[in-house]
Amino acid sequence: MEREVAIVGVGWEGFQPTTPHYSYKELIYQAAQKAYHNANVDPRKDIQSFVTVAEDFIEGTSIFDEYTPDQLGAVLKPMHTITGDGLHGLITAYLMIRSGICKIAAVEAHSKASNIKTLSQITHYALDPMLNRPFEFHPDFIAGLEMARFLHEAHITPEDCALVVQKNRRNALENPSAPYGFDYRLEEIQDCQPVAYPLLESHIAQPADGAIVVVLASREIAESLTVEPIWILGVGWCNDMYNLEYRDWGHLPYVTKAAQMAYHQAQIQTPSKKIDFAEVDDLYAYRELMSLVALGLISKHELPDALKMGKFHSTGQLPINLSGGSLGMGNLLEANGLAKLVEAVLQLRGQAGKRQLSFPHIGLVQSWRGIPTSSAAVVILASS
Amino acid sequence: MNSNPYVPVVSLTEDDFSNGKVLFRHDKLDARYAWDTGIAIGAFLGGLKGGVILGSYCATCRKIVTPPRIVCEWCFRPMRRLVQLADTGRVNTFSLCYVTWDVKRISEPEIPAVIEIDGASPGHGFLHKIGEISPTEVHIGMRVQAVWKPAAERCGSITDILYFRKL
Repeated sequence: MEREVAIVGVGWEGFQPTTPHYSYKELIYQAAQKAYHNANVDPRKDIQSFVTVAEDFIEGTSIFDEYTPDQLGAVLKPMHTITGDGLHGLITAYLMIRSGICKIAAVEAHSKASNIKTLSQITHYALDPMLNRPFEFHPDFIAGLEMARFLHEAHITPEDCALVVQKNRRNALENPSAPYGFDYRLEEIQDCQPVAYPLLESHIAQPADGAIVVVLASREIAESLTVEPIWILGVGWCNDMYNLEYRDWGHLPYVTKAAQMAYHQAQIQTPSKKIDFAEVDDLYAYRELMSLVALGLISKHELPDALKMGKFHSTGQLPINLSGGSLGMGNLLEANGLAKLVEAVLQLRGQAGKRQLSFPHIGLVQSWRGIPTSSAAVVILASS
Repeated sequence: MNSNPYVPVVSLTEDDFSNGKVLFRHDKLDARYAWDTGIAIGAFLGGLKGGVILGSYCATCRKIVTPPRIVCEWCFRPMRRLVQLADTGRVNTFSLCYVTWDVKRISEPEIPAVIEIDGASPGHGFLHKIGEISPTEVHIGMRVQAVWKPAAERCGSITDILYFRKL
């Protein structure tokens, strides 16, 4: 397995329903200075390239890349912004280092969801204007359609999805950065208003603010900076078509393709045996289960029993979303992938506090850009 | 009229749209935001409400910038100290705009200008506009002073300064 690029620093700020004390720039700055301290680098002298991720509609500012350099220490340095999840940004920086363009790069993603007063309208605007928007459904209807088909095909129930909610929000209780930790009883999760049946309100990750910065370095630099580089073994990304009409509603082929790309690079033939833990998309509770199947970490028919046996719990055979996931940390919009990546880095470093696993070696991180997208990214990490 | 007899052309009128002869779909985005001003810009806007212009001092670069910020973009060290500046300055650059933001032509131009504020380091100031002056008189380097809204009308906005006028 190759060890050419490593994560050498992580920093984050926020992960709160609101952050009125900071502007988005100040939120990013707080995360950046922590990441640079963690990596023991000076952004002005040491970091050679910067990648940020943002979506203009979410920011409320066109050409948002203009607004990111100063709070990252990136003024008059090579930098660019891409419209994607934080993991897409991380993969971009990884490729830049692998191709020799730079040796140290920083990646940034953030959410100021609390500043968006019409978030569902912004999401609605991602739908096809001719064929889908005229119905004026709340955009969560897409999750309802997907969940209904997946449950039908996998023979699992909304109660099984409630188990995911219960697990992730309990996990969040052990994560000081997660604002949505709670020890729910199953009946409390199920006794919630439907949003788009079978999707209940309790199945949906609630928005949160936060910023995350990650520093990556080439092997020679990484080993000089830290005794605990976290190696990137494999990366993968994939998009399906946007079209709602032609989707394979019961499966996530784009997650499977992204994972296969990452497994191939990491030389992993049997992921369910190699991966020690995973942080996967759980913007909706059912998506965690769909993603696990798509990632090849479990088969559909094993799923109901695995859920009942607690296979994905912190003490289970394959711990999933120890961070609390998006259900526990909040929906950080384009920063969701990096929030999960931070957890994987902490676990592999042995710095995850009360939720620390015993000597994990390989962790998988997977993200999705949310409805209505079919956009996924996968990163596989290993400890030193 | 079809100027090329080999290419069939159909002319459209406004009525063709309003009568449904041409299919199209209108949509309107309801995008509303309420941005947190944060520490530095919050202090700046609060200062304007109180009738003062604030900047921040970088102890490493030994410079003062306005509007204030919490990090120096050049040395990446924190800028913790706010300083009160004068409400006077000098025109760094300006333009005479004969078209409004919504593309209406006007005969009396709007005059956006970057004002270097007295007390801030050279080259530091903010965008505002010039008033009470004939457009032909405005020039780079012109000394100016803020004309404030009455205190009771100020609300913590960049427009609490109505404009800058020639000193």
